[in-house]
Amino acid sequence: MGRAILLENIDIPGIRGFGAYRAHGGYQAVTRALREMTPAEVGQEVTRSGLRGRGGAGFPTGLKWSFLDRKSDKPRYLVCNADESEPGTFKDRYLMHHLPHRLIEGLIISSYALGASTCFIYIRGEFKYLVGVLETAIREARQNGFLGDNILGSGFSLDIWVHPGAGAYICGEETALLESLEGKRGNPRIKPPFPAFKGLYGCPTVVNNVETLAAVGPIVLMGGEAYAKIGRGKSTGTKLMSACGNIKRPGVYEIELGLPVEEFLFSPEYCGGMSGDRYLKALIPGGSSVPILPADLALNTARGDQRLLTYESMAEGEFESGSMLGSGGFIVLDEYACIVRNTWNLTRFYRHESCGQCSPCREGTGWMEKILHRLEHGEGRMKDIDLLVRIAGNIEGKTICPLGDAAAWPVASAIRHFRSEFGYHAEHPDQVKNIDHGPLPLPETSAGPVAANGIKYW
Amino acid sequence: MNHYPIINHPYHEASGGGVAFTGATLEKVRAIMARYPEGQQKSALLPVLHIAQEELGGYLSVDVMNYVASLLGIQPIEVYEVATFYSMFRLEPAGKYVIEVCRTGPCTLAGGERILGHLCETLAIGVGETTPDGLFTLKETECLGSCGTGPTMQVNTEFYEQLTPGKIDRILEDLREQALQTNSGESSWAGQFS
Repeated sequence: MGRAILLENIDIPGIRGFGAYRAHGGYQAVTRALREMTPAEVGQEVTRSGLRGRGGAGFPTGLKWSFLDRKSDKPRYLVCNADESEPGTFKDRYLMHHLPHRLIEGLIISSYALGASTCFIYIRGEFKYLVGVLETAIREARQNGFLGDNILGSGFSLDIWVHPGAGAYICGEETALLESLEGKRGNPRIKPPFPAFKGLYGCPTVVNNVETLAAVGPIVLMGGEAYAKIGRGKSTGTKLMSACGNIKRPGVYEIELGLPVEEFLFSPEYCGGMSGDRYLKALIPGGSSVPILPADLALNTARGDQRLLTYESMAEGEFESGSMLGSGGFIVLDEYACIVRNTWNLTRFYRHESCGQCSPCREGTGWMEKILHRLEHGEGRMKDIDLLVRIAGNIEGKTICPLGDAAAWPVASAIRHFRSEFGYHAEHPDQVKNIDHGPLPLPETSAGPVAANGIKYW
Repeated sequence: MNHYPIINHPYHEASGGGVAFTGATLEKVRAIMARYPEGQQKSALLPVLHIAQEELGGYLSVDVMNYVASLLGIQPIEVYEVATFYSMFRLEPAGKYVIEVCRTGPCTLAGGERILGHLCETLAIGVGETTPDGLFTLKETECLGSCGTGPTMQVNTEFYEQLTPGKIDRILEDLREQALQTNSGESSWAGQFS
């Protein structure tokens, strides 16, 4: 049975509202933190918990907080990154949709720990309806004395504002997000200076993902050490996985880190196996930006160990035979999926989302898309394959922000593991043209995907 | 990002006024501006542009952008450069219902390409076009964050998920009916902020 920490209580009716959330232990963590702990103690618990950034990078949260410039006399800001746009990732949307107060609670405690009196939630504009959901939750928290001036008599004051983006994947990168929040184009900044010193409006700022911040409440309640005992090794705690693609039960699942990929994929508790019981062909385990893995390397590492859902195990073998846990966007491809088409599709995404600041990314993503388009449409050449590898290599690590890497890895890894399929496309143009890539038909009255705890997803 | 032909854009067509928020919306906009620290009102640009696009004609005309600039106390170019960057902003008139179909990997695995094809066929328009009655504009968009419930589309930022051709026909029918009523039944941008 999966361990529910973030999604605990999700199936209680009305848990989205303050009343039900509070009645089931909600805001106890805020009370504990503000009444019984100093800000530094909260930070220590987070460090002890081993919590790592859930947005994709997996950087230790306590360490990130420790970088904050506490000597500056400027105001400090906490910014919640809710710009969830990584293809395959929909966990933050799910969390905010069902448990908005879980996030608000985490924001209050984290702001207290960081000494921030203003917090912004930067949410992607396409989630317009969630702006209203969060604003309602904030209003409820304020009405009940958990936001505003002198919260619970602690002397700590906090305002939280929801700020919608307007359709730009790049704004999930923390410095682009800050630019966007300042009302500018989402062009990432050169680091250093890091946001911890010069962030929003040039002030010390911490930017954390929704899921990361939502975990802070439970950590305060159970204690950092207890949280660190959950999970495996340096991958502590639980993680929300958003599973999609050719599986029986797409949805959001909370797992204890360390769960084997095989179990997650085939257990009826989670993905429920491949749809139509077809064969697993490939897996993109952490959102579209991470390297794709063929079936054998998805389930087992190159050394023959079972592949586990931890930051370390997913990365084992590095780029030769490994991938990354990333954001937990678990995209499953079955035997009917065309790797070339999928790679072209994702490259088109990065071409569209490149901010255009750095030449390798701006030009490289467009060039790769053009080549992949012609391979997929029966107009490619054998030498295109090595050309793609070369272009990907010339983008990787040569840009201001990681979007360049994110665009290069899917291409490089797809060719590494499925080179023959690219070759087939180049050698058999007539056979790859005009293929109907629609899915195998499903009944019109499909019951629909279900999420963790048996709740219908949407 | 958006690849608008900026050079050809008729910025010179600004008529120099005539657009403004109504009283209640203006109040809401001023409240949003007040959320940001003194001197940082430019931060309100994205939320205000969302409201402006929705309430001042369905797209960001030069007049609308200039109006927003004056409201926020910034230069018009600061609005133009932002409006051309973000894909949710439109610089040209569109249909009453803008349909945006997700075309990214996970939705494609769930049959997104068929959904787009069905919409093109049913509406008898191509991607980027508007139906002659001015009701529907069809667009493709990148990942909407509904990968587990694909194929997905948004109609004026309302989500429609787990689409099938049959479901699309019913949605279009509903929208045609809704278009005849004065109350659109949609939630507005301004209404999201408390």
